[in-house]
Order: sequence, then C-alpha cells, then structure tokens
Amino acid sequence: MKILVTVKEVAEVEDDFEIDGLGIDEAYLEYDLNEWDDYAVEEAVQIAEAGDDVEVVSVTIGPERSEETIRMALAKGADRAIRVWDDAFEDVQLLDVAAKTRLLAAVVEQEQPDLVLTGVQAADDGFGATGVSVADEVGFEWAAVVNELDLDAEGGVANVRRELEGGVEELTEVDLPAVLTIQTGINDPRYASLRGIRQAQRKEIAPMGLDDLGLDASALDSPIELTGMREPESESDATLFEGDAGETAAQLAEVLREKGVGAQ
Amino acid sequence: MTVLAIADHRRGDLRDVSYELVSAGRQLADATGGDLHVAVISGDVDEFGEKLNLDGVDAVHTVANGEEFNHDVYAGAVEALYAEVEPAVLLMPNSVNGLDYAPAVANALDLPLVSDAVDFSYDGGLTATREMYGSKVETTVDVDAERVAVTIRGGEWPATAGTGDAEISAFDYEPDGELGSRVLGFEEVAGGDVDITDADVLVSVGRGIEEEENLELVEELADALGATLSSSRPIVDAGWLPPNRQVGQSGKVVTPDIYLAVGISGAVQHVAGMKGSDTIIAINTDPNAPIFDIADYGIVGDLFEVVPELIEQFN
Repeated sequence: MKILVTVKEVAEVEDDFEIDGLGIDEAYLEYDLNEWDDYAVEEAVQIAEAGDDVEVVSVTIGPERSEETIRMALAKGADRAIRVWDDAFEDVQLLDVAAKTRLLAAVVEQEQPDLVLTGVQAADDGFGATGVSVADEVGFEWAAVVNELDLDAEGGVANVRRELEGGVEELTEVDLPAVLTIQTGINDPRYASLRGIRQAQRKEIAPMGLDDLGLDASALDSPIELTGMREPESESDATLFEGDAGETAAQLAEVLREKGVGAQ
Repeated sequence: MTVLAIADHRRGDLRDVSYELVSAGRQLADATGGDLHVAVISGDVDEFGEKLNLDGVDAVHTVANGEEFNHDVYAGAVEALYAEVEPAVLLMPNSVNGLDYAPAVANALDLPLVSDAVDFSYDGGLTATREMYGSKVETTVDVDAERVAVTIRGGEWPATAGTGDAEISAFDYEPDGELGSRVLGFEEVAGGDVDITDADVLVSVGRGIEEEENLELVEELADALGATLSSSRPIVDAGWLPPNRQVGQSGKVVTPDIYLAVGISGAVQHVAGMKGSDTIIAINTDPNAPIFDIADYGIVGDLFEVVPELIEQFN
C-alpha cells in the first residue's frame, strides 16, 4: 500500500518580535516541521514498519529552503518526497485552503495513495481545513482530529478515534481510501537518527511545478486577501509581583495564604 | 443578505457554540439587513429546533437523520440546505465536528473558506479577524467573493438567549447511497484515580517545564500547597502525565478556587478549560504570554527560580 503524508514547514515566532507590514520580520522567525505533521509522519512510518510493502511518500508545498524540513520526514523513514513549487508562487500573498487543495489533490491523483495523513492544522496560519478539503476534492473518505488509528487495509477500513472536546473520544469506522488529519499525542514522534539523516541525503525529493501537476497559475488564485497584521492588545489587568525570585515568591505566598492555601 | 448558521450538538445537548453562532450570524445579518436562518441536523431535532428559536433567528430548519453527528450526513445536508436557502454567508463552528465537515462543504460548494474567525465585519464584503502563529498575531482578511463559508471559534461571541419568533420547518434530506464513515460510539478518556474537576486548588504545568524529570519540582509545589497537579496538552502528549490530568478544550474543564499556571503560555485551547477558575495565577518568562491576559496575579520570571522559592515559603 501507499501512504502519502503532507508536511509543512512552518515559521515559529520568538517571544519578542516585530511586525513588518503584513508579515513578521524574518529576523524573529525560525523554521521547523509543523508539529502536527511530525505526528502524521510518525504514524505513517509506524504503519510501514509493521507491514510488508508499504511505501511512505511525503509531499510539501514550499520553496527550496523547505527541503531541509522535508528531509526530516525522509530521515524519520519516509521513502521519497515531492516538493511542489513554481516561480508563480513567489507572487502569492496567501495560499488559501482552496489553492492548497487544488495542488495537493493533483498530487493525490498522480500518486494514487491508499491513505493520506495530514496534521490537523498548521502552527502558522491555522486554517485546519486542508486535509478534509482535499478528501472532498479527490472523492476519498476522511476523518478529522484522529488520535488513534487502527488500519485494516485488507478489510478496506480504518478504525479511528476522534478527539472531541471535553475529554470524549468518538469511535468511527472510515472506508479506504481516506484522508485522516492527525492530532498531536497519537504517538511519540522519533528523533531522526544520524544514520537516518545520512540516508535521507540519498533519497529523492522530486520537484513538481504547476505544469507537472496539470495546473496553471490560476490554481493559485484566491479571493481571500490578508489585509492587516498586528499584535493583539493585551487585556491584562493582572497584579504582577516585582522583584527577584525570592521576593516575588514571598508576595505570591502571602496572597495564597490569604486565600487559605497551605493551611493544614 | 441571508446568513445560514449550522448548530452543533452532542449526546443530546446543543453545544454552547450553537448559541454563539446565533449571535455571530445576527451580527452579519444586521450589517446587511438580512435574515438569519439556523439549521440543526440529526438527533432530537424537534427539541433542538425549539431551543434554537432564539432572539434574532428568522427561520429554523430541522433535518432529522440519525442520532449523532456523521460528517457524510452533515456535508450532504448542509449542501442541500445551501441550495435551498442560498445564503451569502454559511456559518459553521470551528469545533472538532466543524473541522470534520466544514472544509468538505466549502470545497463541494466552491466557496472560499475562512476558518477559526474570532471577529468579523461586513462592508460590501466580509472582513474577518483571525489569529496566526499560536495567537501571537491577529490578522484581518478581506474576502472578495459574493458568497463565503466561515467557521467561528467558540467563546468569541456572546451566547444568544431569549425566545424568538422563527418559523421552524422540517427539511427533508436523505444521503445518496451508503455512508463512507460510521460512528460506532463514544468513550470518556481514562478516568484514573484523580478527578481534577473536584480540586479546589490546581497547580497546572505546561511546556515551560522542558524535561520530564523537572516535573518533580512542580509535584513538590503541589504537595506543599495541598493542591492537585494538572497540566496543559503538551505534557500529556509527551506521556509525562495521564490524559485525565489535562485541562483544556480537549481535556477537562475545571473551575477551582485557585488555578496556578506554571510555564503555561495560555493557548486558546487551554484557556477554554480553565478561564472559569476563581483566581488565576501565572508564572511565565514571557511577559506577552496570553495567560497573563486572564490572570489575576502573575510573576514574570523563570519557573526554575520562582517555584523552589515558593516551595520554601510553604515548607
């Protein structure tokens, strides 16, 4: 069987940062594999390790810099990777859910996987929608916010638990092929071993442009435009204790005692 | 401009976000002098329909089909309702169930999707406010389209109360063919021996603790204060504490007298589970951490320096 895992390189913002127009100044950004996608990669690799003849293909949409991130997926056990990029992307202000869906659906059509795993959301734009949207576009079944997966490939179903709010899980059976969006905590993502990192250097990262996917620049069109970015105004009216650790702890202790804490 | 909002329910109860969707929907309908339609799908739709006849709702559509949420039924029913009502804005919740059908509906109807909106306005077109980078920045997006799908974050709009004079009508919908997914049941996460919802004082630990072995320090603090230990999501994801200790949207909702957040930044999903605490105290190195926005008392400092001093105060 073939499992396609979508991964995204996301920017993490330092505690102190500056906004430059409609973005955050590069100096305050660090790039990393999206946390949710890390769990999706691990889930795919575990399925491959447990079964015979399972190929794990990782796909990302991103500039050349993002090869570093996709190599993490290869180092952790993905067999090969696809990186979707095109000069036309340089002018795109916001790649919305529909545009990402068109690109990833074209990859799914070419690869014909039995299972697609994506993270529930990306830590940067947080749309939380691409996986389910792609499923609809390619006519696959799906399940969102999966925190346990028991795959029955021969039976043609995936038994999943979906993590609902309030400590409740839903048990659902999903027909294959399917797109599952993976929640953090489903597994324990491995660190890439040195051997894995070395092997990843030799694995293929196939570049794919719009032509290769049978698309043109109109696939990137979006009616959604980013028009403003600002730091949220602090609504804090907290009493902040001042001083060194000893002094602040003493002041906090006083408040806690007043409220009856520590009285045995 | 007509707005169609889709209610959320689970195990026989309408969820809070359903009442918030009515406020959000009314806000948009008012901006354009349009009607607000609300739909409820599956479950006891007659009872839900009565409850959704709220102040400001013009029409309620009830779709009887099965007991619980099934995304294939929801997606199909919402698409059929959309064709009937022809709304300019389709409003859905950014709940776990919303995440499981709203993107499919938007794609099937070829609607631009703005997810997880925390506010919006309408002036010839929709402008929505969203957060990015884990709530570190707030953005606005303009939608240049006549029709749009929007999911709203729970807890951002007030809940609408007060009975309205909506027309309640049944909408017939039957899915084509067999469903591709089947909900088999529900389970509460492992209960364990501790119920954090019973505690008067919670010491809650987050990502700031860095390593599993450092957890001992916070356990020691909880002991010194006679408190119960809880945590934010990353600690449970890492397997350092069991799921029954998790506070938040996907964990437990707690309302202790005192909630002491140690090394917790205050992501919206966490805050949803503890904002009802009487007194909230935060210890965090980042003065801009959102936890300080809801805290009553705070220490901007290194927990590895402050916590030992605090333990000292109570031993």
